[in-house]
Amino acid sequence: MIFISQVSIWIIPLFIMLVLLVATWRKVPSYELFVEGGKEGVKMAFSLLPFLVGMIVAIAIFRSSGALDAIIGLISPILLFFGVPPEIVPLALVKPISGSAALGVTTELIATHGPDSFIGRLASTMQGSTDTTLYILTVYFGAVGIRKMGYALKVGLLADLIGIIAAIVIVTLVFG
Amino acid sequence: MVNIIWAFLAIVGIVYAMFNGTMDEVNKAIFESANEAVTLSIGLISVLVFWLGIMKIAEEAGILKGLARAFRPIVVRLFPEIPKDHPAIGYILSNITANVFGLGNAATPMGIKAMEQMKQLSGSDEASRSMITFLAINTSSLTLIPTTVIAIRMQYDSISPTEIVGTTIIATLISTLSAIMIDRIFYYRSTWRK
Repeated sequence: MIFISQVSIWIIPLFIMLVLLVATWRKVPSYELFVEGGKEGVKMAFSLLPFLVGMIVAIAIFRSSGALDAIIGLISPILLFFGVPPEIVPLALVKPISGSAALGVTTELIATHGPDSFIGRLASTMQGSTDTTLYILTVYFGAVGIRKMGYALKVGLLADLIGIIAAIVIVTLVFG
Repeated sequence: MVNIIWAFLAIVGIVYAMFNGTMDEVNKAIFESANEAVTLSIGLISVLVFWLGIMKIAEEAGILKGLARAFRPIVVRLFPEIPKDHPAIGYILSNITANVFGLGNAATPMGIKAMEQMKQLSGSDEASRSMITFLAINTSSLTLIPTTVIAIRMQYDSISPTEIVGTTIIATLISTLSAIMIDRIFYYRSTWRK
């Protein structure tokens, strides 16, 4: 565990060092290339802006109206039947849609139930085990101008569902 | 699909607010969240500029090509549409490596570059098979160290903040492997239809 956390601290500086060493060794103009690449970054951030504004505002409307809570209230009896704790339902629903919202829900669950409770451990595992499908879809496809997404959304959401089920089963097995 | 979901979220939210008496909150949320989204995008500039700068050097210095060669066997199987020495393979590998080490912010610009390369290959505004496979791997998130979660657990005085690393890795592996399988199933289904 200590090894993994050490690796994650060292990896970025070491990667930068390696890149610059190889570039200097091969007589590549590193600083000029950095600036050239950086300019693309500025363009990219601005091209992302409208996509993020659109999606985040729509989710905020949905959340602040109370509609999200209402849907959670409707769905929770069904999930409870399958042994899914209802407290986790908001996280499972929000996770594929909004990363920052999901992190908020996870923090709230950990604060309310305690980090070492079953709900706390399950929320922690779920938060780390899938990414926000809708955000990734919006950012990646948006940045390069893909309009027809094919079956991408279905694949992403189905994988999220399996990830959530896997998290519930594993946390029950390990900590249950 | 995204158009429908997007419009659905906003329309249902507003209609619900009419009956729920939360129009005031909705009104506030619209402008606050728009502001938040702009702040988020501006915040992305620093990371995007720095990483795209470094990645540009790595690309010109031939490092991406080197990485692509080393991991070629696995990636070639996952992305049969991409030519073996294409720069897209290198970007895909950097993106996956960054994700594995929990560098979500570093992974995004590389992922976008990978998408750009794949778009050049397909030459249309329709998502290609490789793009969807790449998204499937990304949305199932291959993280080894869930740093943010560990930080939150520490803040709330967990006895063992890192105890969830094991369960997270297992859950991640299962979701990533199933994402790849689901992607394959959908692809073969779509080819059968044609």
